[in-house]
Amino acid sequence: MIYLIAIGVFAGLLLALAALIAVAERVLVNYGICNVDINAGERPLDVDGGQTLLSALYTNKLFIPSACGGKGSCGFCKVTVLEGGGPVLPTETPYLSRKEVRSGLRLACQVKIRQNIRIRVPDDMLNVKMFTASVAGTREVTHDIKEIRFALHDPPEISHRPGQYVQVQAPSPDGPVFRAYSISSPTYEKNEVELNVRLVPNGIGSTYLHNLKEGDPVTFTGPYGEFVLNEDPAVEIICVGGGCGMAPMKNIIYSLYSRWPDRQCWLFFGCRSARDVFYLQEFQALARKHPSFHVFYALSDPVGPQEQWDGEAGFIHLSVDKHLEAGVRRQAFLCGPPPMIEAVTRVLAEKGLRPQDIFYDKF
Amino acid sequence: MSETSAFIIIVAAIFTNNILLSNFLGMCSFLVCSRQIGTALGLGAAVIFVMTCTTVLNYGIYYGVLVKDAPLCSADLTFLAFIIFIAVIAAFVQFVEMFVERFSPKLYYALGIFLPLITVNCAILGAALFMIIRKYSFWQSLGYGFGAGVGWALAILLIAGLRKKMGYSRVPKPFQGVSIAMIITGVMAMTFMGFAGMVSIQ
Repeated sequence: MIYLIAIGVFAGLLLALAALIAVAERVLVNYGICNVDINAGERPLDVDGGQTLLSALYTNKLFIPSACGGKGSCGFCKVTVLEGGGPVLPTETPYLSRKEVRSGLRLACQVKIRQNIRIRVPDDMLNVKMFTASVAGTREVTHDIKEIRFALHDPPEISHRPGQYVQVQAPSPDGPVFRAYSISSPTYEKNEVELNVRLVPNGIGSTYLHNLKEGDPVTFTGPYGEFVLNEDPAVEIICVGGGCGMAPMKNIIYSLYSRWPDRQCWLFFGCRSARDVFYLQEFQALARKHPSFHVFYALSDPVGPQEQWDGEAGFIHLSVDKHLEAGVRRQAFLCGPPPMIEAVTRVLAEKGLRPQDIFYDKF
Repeated sequence: MSETSAFIIIVAAIFTNNILLSNFLGMCSFLVCSRQIGTALGLGAAVIFVMTCTTVLNYGIYYGVLVKDAPLCSADLTFLAFIIFIAVIAAFVQFVEMFVERFSPKLYYALGIFLPLITVNCAILGAALFMIIRKYSFWQSLGYGFGAGVGWALAILLIAGLRKKMGYSRVPKPFQGVSIAMIITGVMAMTFMGFAGMVSIQ
């Protein structure tokens, strides 16, 4: 009997407390309708006060990049708050440099809307949409990298620049999370988005994507990314990648040759061993079609006794150093692990590239 | 039930039976948030408020529901005291957070992350448990809750002042940071023993 009473009393007290909190939340956390002004009147929004800026922007179809889903643990959802955001919170300071704090940058998931607020977001972000799509096909290109193609349903077309990325929504035990993947399909394929996904052991996003089968529905937002390809055909394009950092450069190269068939372009790609090499045949075929395209793959590990390899050997920045001559106008896109990026940036600087012409995706 | 007046209990809870310096409860936030006088003051004020209110609330629940032959439930449920007290403290802190956020955003930003931290401050639960062990009446509980809060706030203010002053002294490397703060806390506890003859509560 005492057990039943104890359980009853305990449950009753907890319920009473919960009800009290719920009522208090209704009454106290109610700020009425607040106005969110984006980019000085470009897109005024009226939203319910009391929610975070990120969720208010999401419900109004303005998709700020965010990988953690608003928990304040990724630091991607930075927006400039000009007025009405309150002081910077201790939960934000780990993700903001002193310079960013001075310029008014905040994490949208931590800013609560309590009054009218004025914010500024990059123009690109206003074009970001949420896409529903289904898997059109998957292909294993190496032992751990899969090429996954999505057929877009709503909206049916995507317009992106080469080098941009999308954020794929993946389910996880604590609600959906977003993972960023570069678009590897060229910009003229408007009804499809192709990604290269390397399986990370225990990775939430890559495991989800690797287990997708043809016809499975997916949701993603995009396109994101600030890279702008130089429009001057006299400028050479240098692409340097390593590991699985191929997707953005495949997009750049195919988009580039559909527009400027004779433009000079160099692709350098570094792998560990022969089993990590992918897309080599495709690029060699492209190089036969466009003599101005030069492709070099390099293996960093010694070639094994059973393996066949007639390409470069050693780290990829050595190949870059060997094949490029100094003093040509170039723009470079690098994609790979940080040590590779650092080594290649150093080599490119020696070849006379200005820092603003070197763009990279570090991961 | 002891006969001590509520006023005496307040004084005793601040000086002779300081919850932090004689019982060493609430040490974690005491050590972490005592680097600046401003934050120490904010946290101290929040602790005074929350401790006073939760002690009273828990008094009501304990003697209204949990004890044997209580007005609302005749069974002896005192074994539930711990978990119920924790739940009440957590809910109350949530409520205070919402209230402060709504009516005093300035204070909300000043307290920032400290307000939720109070939920896990063991001094708050400690005060509620002492109230039971020492069999205080309602007014004595109110006095004790308030006094213990003030005592905690006083202790954190004192150590914040000391740590600030210590910025000018050369502390040997192995003692820098938390270790010297622990030593100071010990010295402070010893000095507070000087109040011991003044009044005493059980």
